[in-house]
Amino acid sequence: MKKIEAIIRTSRFDQIHKCVAGLGVKFLTFYEVKGMGLEHAKPEMYRGVPYEPAYIPRTKLEIVTVDELVESVINCILTEGKTGEVGDGKIFIYDVLEAYRIRNSDTGEHAL
Amino acid sequence: MQDLFTVNNLWMMIATTLVFLMHLGFASLEAGLTRSKNTVNILFKNTIIPAIGLLTYAFVGFNLMYPGAEYAGSFFGFAGFGLSLPEGWDTSNYNVGYTYFTDFIFQAMFAATAATIVSGAVAERVKLGPFIIFSIVYVAVIYPVVGMWKWGGGFLNTLSTPFYDFAGSTIVHSVGGWGALVGAAMLGPRIGKYTSRGMTAIPGHNIPMATMGVFLLWFGWFGFNGGSVLSADPGLVSKVFVTTAMAAAAGAFGALAVSYKMFKTYDITMVLNGILAGLVGITAGADQMSVGGSVLIGFIGGGLVVLSVVFFDKIKVDDPVGAISVHLVGGIWGTLAVGIFGDLAGIGQFFSQLIGVVTVGTFCLIFSWLIFFTLKKTVGIRVDAAEETEGLDINEHKMHAYPNFAAKD
Repeated sequence: MKKIEAIIRTSRFDQIHKCVAGLGVKFLTFYEVKGMGLEHAKPEMYRGVPYEPAYIPRTKLEIVTVDELVESVINCILTEGKTGEVGDGKIFIYDVLEAYRIRNSDTGEHAL
Repeated sequence: MQDLFTVNNLWMMIATTLVFLMHLGFASLEAGLTRSKNTVNILFKNTIIPAIGLLTYAFVGFNLMYPGAEYAGSFFGFAGFGLSLPEGWDTSNYNVGYTYFTDFIFQAMFAATAATIVSGAVAERVKLGPFIIFSIVYVAVIYPVVGMWKWGGGFLNTLSTPFYDFAGSTIVHSVGGWGALVGAAMLGPRIGKYTSRGMTAIPGHNIPMATMGVFLLWFGWFGFNGGSVLSADPGLVSKVFVTTAMAAAAGAFGALAVSYKMFKTYDITMVLNGILAGLVGITAGADQMSVGGSVLIGFIGGGLVVLSVVFFDKIKVDDPVGAISVHLVGGIWGTLAVGIFGDLAGIGQFFSQLIGVVTVGTFCLIFSWLIFFTLKKTVGIRVDAAEETEGLDINEHKMHAYPNFAAKD
């Protein structure tokens, strides 16, 4: 089992989610995050003072899935999440040591 | 005599401040029912609109709406630019109910309502500059001309059975409603609202603020209707307070009943819209209705608003706050209700009400279409897709309403 972490544009979330759901992945977590990267936030002006917010808002996805689906999930994110502009985000892959379903104590791939 | 004049004028000034506060109501309601990435933009529009109303009404509006007795029965009249104090302007010789300035400022508070209604329907995708231009023209010219047709002594007032609109179901609310309809239709729906698989809900970001907004509007309506008595007459003003409050309360239940029947939920946004629909509905005849009549008018108005919201979504006219349903549909219902219920009920009155609805509707449709169309063909009226997705706050205003929160991309 692998955990796929992706920082994506919030505006691409719906398309990525649709693609991933189409693969049969039913379990994912996402949250709104702030971060810094190569894309700069648009400059703002507050009461005559220009400022550049240090961070940009993004969405972070976490998907734990079986090894067989990892490449397809990554492809979903790469295809649907890409705009070609700086700031499309990143994907990281981790090994998952174990998984449990809390309701009935299923373990391993059955728990996904 | 002087004491009576002082008391009347005092009530009219209080009513003025109550109507003024309705702008805060509109601002809160619209902000609450739209997304946080557009909040600065909505608030900006709702802040600049009262400013437009006051300034244009002083410059042209007041004298377009009340050009003088020599224009009785006509379509258009103008008493000149700016305000000019007549002899005895601050005495009961001007009017037993109010001074010239009170007259002006009370009426001026109503003027911007027409544009503020439109701002809700065009929210989240209209370009700021063109919207301000539309508002200036609509508030400075269209609203006062329509107002003159009835309150300024024009042709609606001199029909054999005069058209009746106590506080403005047609003159204020439907004028805004028609502009809202044209604006929303010409702009098109928000991105993602109507997809091949059906309709997407785009929930507002702050229900508490929307609720506060409606209560502020209800609060202000006591001045809107109470002040339209144009004096502190204890019988009339107290009666209007009661009919107004009853219609609002019944509107809540009318909306609750229909929305529960249709959706099986207790939807607060529908109930809030229902209260407003009840208020708009009683506005044409608040001084003519019995308690029972007010309850009926409010209840039906509340039910109608829910059906109307569903209808406009069905024909793909995206109205983020339900402005068209509350003010146009509610305004037409309230106007026609004067011919159906209350002291003026009768077939002749109903007919006159219909004439008012149709003439005002035609005029407003044509002119709001003309203004929006001209703007569309010259500077464009809708922000581009990337800006709309990112949010109007950062793109039109270079700032966020909630800078320390993670905003949606």
